[in-house]
Amino acid sequence: MRVNNRSLLSALAFSVGMAGVAIADADDDQLTINDEIAIATEAAAPTHMENVKTIYSGWRYRSDETQAFQLDDFDNPAMLGVEEGIDTWSTVEGSAGESCASCHEDPEAMRGVKAVYPKWNEEAGEVRTIEMQINDCRENRMGAEAWKYTGDEMTNVVALLASVSRGVPVDVTIDGPAQSVWEQGKEIYYTRYGLLELSCANCHEDNYGNMIRADHLSQGQINGFPTYRLKNTKLNTVHDRFRGCIRDTMAETFSVASPEFVALELYVASRGNGLSVEGPSVRN
Amino acid sequence: MILTRRSTLGLGAAALAMAAFPMRVMASTEEAIAAFTGGAEVGEGGLTLTAPEIAENGNTVPIEVDAPGAVAIAVFAASNPLPEVVQFNFGPLAASQSAATRIRLAKTQDVIAIAQMADGSFVRASQAVKVTIGGCGG
Amino acid sequence: MASGVKPRVKVPKSASAGEAIIIKTLISHNMESGQRKDSDGNVIPRSIINRFVVDFNGQNVIDVALEAAISTNPYFEFEATVPESGEFTFTWYDDDGDVYTDTKAIEVG
Repeated sequence: MRVNNRSLLSALAFSVGMAGVAIADADDDQLTINDEIAIATEAAAPTHMENVKTIYSGWRYRSDETQAFQLDDFDNPAMLGVEEGIDTWSTVEGSAGESCASCHEDPEAMRGVKAVYPKWNEEAGEVRTIEMQINDCRENRMGAEAWKYTGDEMTNVVALLASVSRGVPVDVTIDGPAQSVWEQGKEIYYTRYGLLELSCANCHEDNYGNMIRADHLSQGQINGFPTYRLKNTKLNTVHDRFRGCIRDTMAETFSVASPEFVALELYVASRGNGLSVEGPSVRN
Repeated sequence: MILTRRSTLGLGAAALAMAAFPMRVMASTEEAIAAFTGGAEVGEGGLTLTAPEIAENGNTVPIEVDAPGAVAIAVFAASNPLPEVVQFNFGPLAASQSAATRIRLAKTQDVIAIAQMADGSFVRASQAVKVTIGGCGG
Repeated sequence: MASGVKPRVKVPKSASAGEAIIIKTLISHNMESGQRKDSDGNVIPRSIINRFVVDFNGQNVIDVALEAAISTNPYFEFEATVPESGEFTFTWYDDDGDVYTDTKAIEVG
């Protein structure tokens, strides 16, 4: 266990679960949504991950009751956000007098899009998250105002885009022009932050399957985002979750939509290459 | 159920707390139950309460109640700020006297269901639910 | 007026006479419990859905009294007997006086 002497708090937190036996590995449950969408919650780890052999969706680490929320779209409170997103999708906004649907037609036509984000945009010369691309469409094509990056409208539409890609394997590109951003994200992932001096890897690579207090640690995958957290009974975005995690190490966190978080999101998404897009999911 | 050292300690601590403040914790719940039963005696049997042993989050805990032949089922949470949770009143077109919902539990506690049967009698079922605190800042 | 409150119900489209069907309902509502405090330390007053009634062709199926311990986005699942074709009406009552309704027709063949 690679925790240095000074981070006693974190050592204590992990010690309760480390009984020498994996008491709480990912379970074996399988996920099929609405009896029709098969979701791969397990896959061989992508070759770029040296320390992990098998990757698992966060779904596999939750209690049976929490897992059950996702079996049926009616039971899944995250789908309320998707319904809002569907309304927004066909709402005309901006000087061009168009809605998302004007160009993109039905949301179902967007199947596969969420699975490859974040990705390099050649024209813009940058790696873009799906939120960045949405705002680019809004500002430059619709003549509408950009949405708040983690606001309700944005999150609902991202949830909609995730929902129509459910079952599609996550497949973000890590080489080519995106490579340097990917490597920046990887470095952040393995950097210890905060008074607790914890990196993402300390929990999500070294200790997935163990308990941190009463929480069952997952691999920190983001294939299920946006996610409806039972803790705040609303949809949560990737960058908000990154902020929360880093804040929990008692660190000053990067901002939502910052280049650091864009890089981190690309890297973390790539750790899930092979899992199905599962969002919007339900988590703790 | 995973009985870690931590949850065993927690159970013990809760038991001590209950022993020290039994009147304060239970009084208002028993009063709330009495308001539903009119003070009548409450028996057992014929009522099933389904709730998780461990709730990953106290905000949204799925529960189910089922009492064939009941007129109404009331649910209470013994250690919530207010003990009343919900009351299901079954009409003539209810196919079964059962219902499922999602409730808030402020902390580890007993969830108690009371069913009023067609003959005016009352029965009770309860289940202890452990409400956990997440590790990552809760 | 509570904003963004949307009811949703799941009812089978058809059934045989006298059959027991499963009905699921969800309404998007904050269910402000009255236990929380704002950043100034003042209690945020309770504002919840306090009652939910389901009728079919004028007869009652279920009548639910909700308290603040019902989770955000109140969810209910229950069973109804369908004697004939007709319409379910679903009514939610809000502390603030608003009433939300939904209806669903069902064919009995």
